[in-house]
Amino acid sequence: MTGSSTAIDFRAIDKILEKYEYKKSYLIAMLQNVQEIYKYLPEDAMTYIGEKIDDLSPATVYGVATFYAQFSLEPKGKYEIKVCDGTACHVRGSMPVLNAIRNKLNLKEGKLTSDDGLFSLETVSCLGACGLAPVVMINEKVHPQMTSDAISIILDTLLSEERGQ
Amino acid sequence: MTEDKKTLFIEGKEVEFTNEPNLLEVIRKAGMNVPTFCYRPDLTSFGACRMCVVEVEYPNGRKMINSSCTMPPEAGIKVKLNTEKTRRIRKTVLQLLLANHDRKCLTCARSGDCELQQYAEEYGITDIPYAEKDDFLPVDHSSPSIVRDPNKCILCGACVRACSEYQHSVLGFANRGSRTLVQPMNGKPLATSECVNCGQCAAVCPTGALTINSQIEKVWKEITNPEKKVVVQFAPSVRVAIGEMFGLEPGVNSTAKINAALKAIGFDLVFDTNFSADLTIMEEAQEFVTRVTTGGTLPLFTSCCPAWVRYLELEHPDMTAHLSTCKSPQGMLGAVIREYVPQYYEDITPENLVSVSIMPCTAKKYEANREQFKMENGKQEIDYVLTTQELGRMIKSAGIDFKSLEGAPADSPFGKYTGAGTIFGVSGGVAEAAARTAYNLVTGEELKDVVINDMRGTHRVKTVELDLKGTKIKVKIVNTLKEAEKCLREIKEGKADYQLLEVMACPGGCINGGGQPLSHNDSNIKEERAQGLYTDDATGQWRKSHENPDIIELYKKHLEKPNSHKSHELLHTTYSDKRKDCYISAGE
Repeated sequence: MTGSSTAIDFRAIDKILEKYEYKKSYLIAMLQNVQEIYKYLPEDAMTYIGEKIDDLSPATVYGVATFYAQFSLEPKGKYEIKVCDGTACHVRGSMPVLNAIRNKLNLKEGKLTSDDGLFSLETVSCLGACGLAPVVMINEKVHPQMTSDAISIILDTLLSEERGQ
Repeated sequence: MTEDKKTLFIEGKEVEFTNEPNLLEVIRKAGMNVPTFCYRPDLTSFGACRMCVVEVEYPNGRKMINSSCTMPPEAGIKVKLNTEKTRRIRKTVLQLLLANHDRKCLTCARSGDCELQQYAEEYGITDIPYAEKDDFLPVDHSSPSIVRDPNKCILCGACVRACSEYQHSVLGFANRGSRTLVQPMNGKPLATSECVNCGQCAAVCPTGALTINSQIEKVWKEITNPEKKVVVQFAPSVRVAIGEMFGLEPGVNSTAKINAALKAIGFDLVFDTNFSADLTIMEEAQEFVTRVTTGGTLPLFTSCCPAWVRYLELEHPDMTAHLSTCKSPQGMLGAVIREYVPQYYEDITPENLVSVSIMPCTAKKYEANREQFKMENGKQEIDYVLTTQELGRMIKSAGIDFKSLEGAPADSPFGKYTGAGTIFGVSGGVAEAAARTAYNLVTGEELKDVVINDMRGTHRVKTVELDLKGTKIKVKIVNTLKEAEKCLREIKEGKADYQLLEVMACPGGCINGGGQPLSHNDSNIKEERAQGLYTDDATGQWRKSHENPDIIELYKKHLEKPNSHKSHELLHTTYSDKRKDCYISAGE
């Protein structure tokens, strides 16, 4: 079970549902809109949508949300790290990079967000920058030709920036 | 040959077909069969398990393997059921399913009545060339009605379809690929989900993933305790289904045999819930007539089905004023037993009295646990609720030869029943029984032709207009909550022109309840059980609740008249808003 205590602004969700005329065929779009607000899908928001829309239920909304990799059920960090594990990145060593990040941030499979809420980590299939493999994206910034050492330095920089604030 | 009669070939035999929805039905009609986990004739075809694969050869010579549950029958095709290839596919499917299964058959509630076990045996699966699973998920014992064990789930989706096609989609698929699970929203325990406890999920489950929360051992403990006096009641639908567990035909009326079996097991007193179905009619018909004549909240909703009551409390708490305040027959007899049995039997005291009921229904377990059904000391009025399946198991373990058992009568003073009480088990039965007594209340005369054919049958929706000598009454009868929801919308939109709404949550009514003997692959069984009750009605001594001598006596001695102060105290109940337990907008 993933818990969430985020306070939900149900009026904001109502607006999203109105935009899509409460039609169940727009469920994915609605969930995308909700995720834009909260950076993840809070459980309460999914339950709310499930009870408000005809022929949907909390369980069916949850089913859709957990089927697609694009949806996160956990709050994302301030820095969203995407490690590319497409073929090119994989053969050029994306796994050691991923493990270095996990070790540094004390994350493991199934635990996606660091305890301080600063970082969240996921692997993606291709970022379309195979020539720069292995690639890591942190928020909108692309970091090419990563190694364990290089990603460590980048994370240290971000951490010290955060502490300096 | 006429146009609508076409033929195809199964194992070389020419077989006619007309409007069968799929090839599997044609195969079965021809007296043959293929294994399946996910196909249930009353639910949408899903094609998930791939066990029903057959080899199909088209007239042009093209051959293919197809799942027979999803393939429409086509004229001229040649179908082979058991080829080297189809058998290999089925074996592989079984091995893969078992690789992901906990394989704890010996201690499983469905052992001996499990389709996975059965096919593994039939297909000679003696070894599984895959590693044994070692990470098990927790089993959900939270619900009084249903136990969910994800380690036994084969993801056939029958429960998910039953839940969404009959009720309101509490169970759904979550996650993807090898991590897929069937569960309520976010893996919530069933008890705190919006589950109404109907048990249709367990009724369609081919394995032990969804089973009935059994109270058998607790009841045995009371029976074998010489200090305790155990009083039992059993519901209308139990009598026409339990025989199936002992080789009798569905629909055979086993009332007298059940009385005898319960006595043989060691229950001290046996009463009949049919008696309290009559009592319910006395109260509910009076309540209905009063509401009609004094401008009370209409349409009146029947309140016998605890799954329906919970649904209304969860989804439309603003409409609970429509619900009849009458307790269900189980609840009424539970209260009457507590109040009066110690007065009739001097060896029974409030302290040593244990009250048990046998129901076709898993939601009755939940009902007995409702706050409103508890006594002042916090204990349940009805201590234990067993389903028909559980009673069958008890009879077997007591070594009773049910089939050749000589019948016995129920005990006095709550053992007699009328045909009106017995038809409570079929969708439409409560309305028909109520009409027989309401006619008497409104006109002062006896209804001559007691059978109201338009109210009969297990189909989902019936609308009937009655003329009580000038007083016109319109009744709507639905089964499944999916259909009930449509009625609630009609009412909210002001489009409902009926004064009585009868709802049963299970398709066809209680005869097809979640606690009845399993009947996965035969949708005719519920018709036969219904017929069994109609026959009981037609052949009984009395057919109207107000003619039941035990009922007349109860009012004369204790309750005075229907809806009296005393009957309100004992036989009526209240409802509450349950939204806050499960939903978000409750807090708005």
